[in-house]
Amino acid sequence: MTNGESQNKLSEQTQAKTHDASVKKTVKKLMLIVFGMFGFGFAMVPLYDVFCDITGLNGKTSNVAASYNAVSVDTERTITVQFLTRTAKGIPWRFEPMINEVKVHPGERKVVKFYAKNESVSNIVGQAVPSVSPGRAAVYFQKIECFCFNNQPLKASEDVEMGLQFYVDVDLPDDVSTITLSYTLYDITSSVDS
Amino acid sequence: MTTDVINDQSEHDPHDGDHHDHKMTGLKRWLYTTNHKDIGSMYLWFSFIMFLTGGVMALVIRAELFQPGLQIIEPDFFNQMTTVHGLIMVFGAIMPAFTGLANWMLPMMVGAPDMALPRLNNWSFWILPFAFAILLSTFFLESGAPNFGWTFYAPLSTTYSNGSTALFVFAVHIMGISSIMGAINIVVTIMNMRAPGMTYMKMPLFVWTFFITAYLLIAVMPVLAGTVTMVLTDTYFGTSFFDAAGGGDPVMFQHIFWFFGHPEVYIMILPAFGIVSTTIPAFARKPLFGYSSMVYATASIAFLSFIVWAHHMFTTGMPLFGELFFMYCTMLIAVPTGVKVFNWAATMWRGSISFETPMLFSIAFVILFTIGGFSGLMLAMTPVDFQYHDTYFVVAHFHYVLVTGALFSIFAGAYYWLPKWTGYMYNDTLSKWHFWCSLVSVNLLFFPMHFLGLAGMPRRIPDYALQFADFNKWVSIGGFAFGLSQLIFLVLVIKCIRGGDKAPAKPWDGAEGLEWTVPSPAPYHTFETPPKID
Repeated sequence: MTNGESQNKLSEQTQAKTHDASVKKTVKKLMLIVFGMFGFGFAMVPLYDVFCDITGLNGKTSNVAASYNAVSVDTERTITVQFLTRTAKGIPWRFEPMINEVKVHPGERKVVKFYAKNESVSNIVGQAVPSVSPGRAAVYFQKIECFCFNNQPLKASEDVEMGLQFYVDVDLPDDVSTITLSYTLYDITSSVDS
Repeated sequence: MTTDVINDQSEHDPHDGDHHDHKMTGLKRWLYTTNHKDIGSMYLWFSFIMFLTGGVMALVIRAELFQPGLQIIEPDFFNQMTTVHGLIMVFGAIMPAFTGLANWMLPMMVGAPDMALPRLNNWSFWILPFAFAILLSTFFLESGAPNFGWTFYAPLSTTYSNGSTALFVFAVHIMGISSIMGAINIVVTIMNMRAPGMTYMKMPLFVWTFFITAYLLIAVMPVLAGTVTMVLTDTYFGTSFFDAAGGGDPVMFQHIFWFFGHPEVYIMILPAFGIVSTTIPAFARKPLFGYSSMVYATASIAFLSFIVWAHHMFTTGMPLFGELFFMYCTMLIAVPTGVKVFNWAATMWRGSISFETPMLFSIAFVILFTIGGFSGLMLAMTPVDFQYHDTYFVVAHFHYVLVTGALFSIFAGAYYWLPKWTGYMYNDTLSKWHFWCSLVSVNLLFFPMHFLGLAGMPRRIPDYALQFADFNKWVSIGGFAFGLSQLIFLVLVIKCIRGGDKAPAKPWDGAEGLEWTVPSPAPYHTFETPPKID
């Protein structure tokens, strides 16, 4: 091997080293994106909740009781509030509103009752999850007291009347005249036990 | 093979010590290979096998839908067929075919000796058969294969799952890992292995589209991995990401899924743009019209793909502002896509066009993909989408962009490079038969679906009302004809591998690119010393 050849070989080796280093650098950067985006997928869960909380999109109502003080009542407007209930697959309860709709003025406090009966022979814990339609009315629908804030245990054949106390915020957009509140009842016995 | 010795140079890169020209023999060659051409071939064969597997499922679906009423299969098995057909075609046929083309052609196009990460390359291929073995093994479960649609919406895949969710999730995880590794390899190769003098704006458009597609994959496949992980823990570990009873939200599933899902559809079409941008100039004998606008259009489509996902969800009760935002963003995509279609037309304009089979598939691609694009625009309009949603109109739309779009471009690419791969010219008559049979049958198969959808036939149902019977009969006939036409391609490829007229280094006189400067078939190792680019 002549001197020139070995020098050539040497410079090839250094070239290969810098090439390897830049390959490693690019791979590392790309792996960061991969892990970052995997995290982002999960970050979308809380982000989605925050987004829905702020904007009231998706008909999600607040899970915190609203306080009713110094609320002015707008007697000029009347809002129809309708109640819907449904039971999720696998919960043998009767669950229905005791009144199908009420008319309220914005700011006016109202109490309505829901009826639930465990029609099975076992003790079951139910959880009602509310949803408001149209979705953008959700942030204006204020619950002062709601059975949906807690779970509802019922023994076999037991029944209960559950109360909901609410008012509609006076800032409700003008074009909304009807609000539908829908409850879905889920069986959460297994997760409460454990 | 006699060509093995052509590039046998005495000096070897010390870090690529295992790159000898003498390959191992038999099965070991394929198991241990780090050669981009071997891996590319394996990807292409694998995707073709998956294409036939998914195709058989499509034929089961079409056989059931040939007549109204339930004749052949149970509704639950029908759902398993639609689900697994979708999964296999998306993750098993189209995506690996593109990765295969990338493996074969990218290093040669940029003047590199191989992919940057050859061992990773081997691994990313070899985990794929396992992924699909797991997926297909679910058919042997007592409860059957996934039946919740390839979109695996919660709660169908969680609360109401038939017990196949865990295996489905593992399979998707492996597919995702394979795609991510393949994509990393593509990006690293393009960024670090280009021949001296090949600046980014001198890269062939094929390379550009794969570059951008690989970035999309790296960005969204991890999101898919996250989604299936949440589905897994919701189903088996008591979490409530998508379960309203525990404070979760099933609509959120759709948001997260489509945040992956919409870029995914561009992952399946951008490489197609790259292929026809290679073949059309070659057979029009003119350089590609508006090269840089093509690059920017591809990048714009990739960017826009991240902010349009909720157009899949117009009927979920989004607020008006959301519907308008996603509608306008979606329609905006028509602009860069239009740039591309007009550029292809302008490339052909006054060219001296010849109609070899790759060009036939490319022209069919431009026309039929545009039809799919237009039906996409119709679906993008929120008010009318309420009628079209979940009907056969949607099925017609995405089959036009994926079959006559992505698949036809893959055929165009395969016919274009087959002489380079095998060293032989394929049987021209057979290839024309394949094209014309495919063209006629694919339109018989998918065009009437537009009418069915507009008339209100819902998708993913094993039975339908009587007034849809005539169209469905024709669609089924088209389906079987299209499926059988693909066997012509199989015969043609096998014949082409076994022999034929010797292919010259550059069989197409208008073709451009470094891959045509090496002999046909391409030697096992190419460009060990980088070519000079002016």
